[in-house]
Amino acid sequence: MKVLGLTGNEAVAEAMRQLNPDVCAAYPITPQTELMEKFSSFVSDGKVKTELVLAESEHSAMSACIGASCAGGRVMTATSANGLALMWEMLYIAASYRCPIVMGVVNRALSGPINIHCDHSDSMGARDAGWIHIFSENSQEAYDNAVQAVKIAEHPDVLLPVMVMLDGFITSHTLERVEILDDEVVSRFVGEYVPKYSLLRSERPMTFGPLDFHDYYFEHKRIQFEAMEKAKPVVRDVSKEFEKLTGRPFDFLEAYRMEDAEIGVIALGSTVGTARGVVDELREQGKKVGLIKLRVFRPFPVKEIAQLAKNLKALAVMDRSNSFGAFGGPVFGETCAACYGTGLQIPIVNYIYGLGGRDTTFEEIRGLYGEIETVAREGKQIDNVRFLNVRE
Amino acid sequence: MSQKPEGWKDLTMAGIITEAGNAEKFETGSWRSDRPIWDESKCTSCLICWIYCPDSSIVLKDGKMVGIDLEHCKGCGICAAECPVKGKAIHMKPESECEL
Repeated sequence: MKVLGLTGNEAVAEAMRQLNPDVCAAYPITPQTELMEKFSSFVSDGKVKTELVLAESEHSAMSACIGASCAGGRVMTATSANGLALMWEMLYIAASYRCPIVMGVVNRALSGPINIHCDHSDSMGARDAGWIHIFSENSQEAYDNAVQAVKIAEHPDVLLPVMVMLDGFITSHTLERVEILDDEVVSRFVGEYVPKYSLLRSERPMTFGPLDFHDYYFEHKRIQFEAMEKAKPVVRDVSKEFEKLTGRPFDFLEAYRMEDAEIGVIALGSTVGTARGVVDELREQGKKVGLIKLRVFRPFPVKEIAQLAKNLKALAVMDRSNSFGAFGGPVFGETCAACYGTGLQIPIVNYIYGLGGRDTTFEEIRGLYGEIETVAREGKQIDNVRFLNVRE
Repeated sequence: MSQKPEGWKDLTMAGIITEAGNAEKFETGSWRSDRPIWDESKCTSCLICWIYCPDSSIVLKDGKMVGIDLEHCKGCGICAAECPVKGKAIHMKPESECEL
């Protein structure tokens, strides 16, 4: 193990160096650019045996990744925002062809108006494409998640693509202390990828992606649904195995100071770090507050969320994206659905925050806890969907 | 295709087809609107039609033309157009005028 000063982008590139994918096809986009720039220098310096394909667009990049994955290779790439949007139709194809591609998604707001800073509208928009979604709190976790993602994706029960999210600029461009495992330890942890089906096995020719009509398509989608179900125990097993290796705890979510908490907040990405500080501060004042860090958004930890919400008096859900016309943001909607049918009758309030990189500080999160505490204590009625730190 | 189709647990993920050349088992001749009619008495078995057929619908036996596989022929008409025999050994006839 060694300790390096790395940005989130560099940390993921470092993981990619150790994971040594057979093929990486990518296209640059801010704030992901530095990640691929760093990885391409590893390719140029002969540190990896990766075939680096510099595609003419993200649509082509993802298409090349799918081809390489069907051919039986370990495949990785990375993108952000509009780049992810341009991959759209290929994201669904990657998942439905069961290609275990691992992609770093450096979260950035989708245009328009044009903005290059962090929010989660890009990956949240792709939440139904059939990929596993893992969010990172900081550079360390971006590295940790990238390594685990490959093992999860390539598991024979899963064979699904995985997105590893890190917050644009906030995590991607901030230098942090990152513990890097030894190369052999990572190689041993993920093992060699042995594809179940491969296009390049000439002695056993196969067809990938045939026409599939009303007579079989639905059954194939049912199999895909099952793969996402089977991903749940695999995500947990891989998390626990990595935890043993590093001493850092991993699971679908982290319950921070939730034991006797009456007020809970769900957050994901870098905001968790800030909220953690606010919780510590409020705990010192004797307030029974806790924090739920959502690490794995797909598959969504339905039972775990409902279990943690059970003893609360009020729950706030922070969404760094909006789902226009829906009942709040995506994490809020999922959380409400998870609690439905459990008999839980507490107020659940949604806070849309940080769109387009709007800074979210201690002060705002302190205010959020204060507001939700009033809701719990006085039964005060407020709007279910609120906007944190937007000018009136 | 006549037996009951498999349930999802018995199918290969992603619809991957692990058996090469199994398109033979899938009837595609029903798309046809024009049917090739072969006149054996004019045919010289030059096999130009066999070379040009974009499917594999020209049936041969011992190197001789013996007929057309109507289960897979889509009626493109290339065989009839390319037939070099004077007066044509293959001509196209609308399916509506053909007996089933």
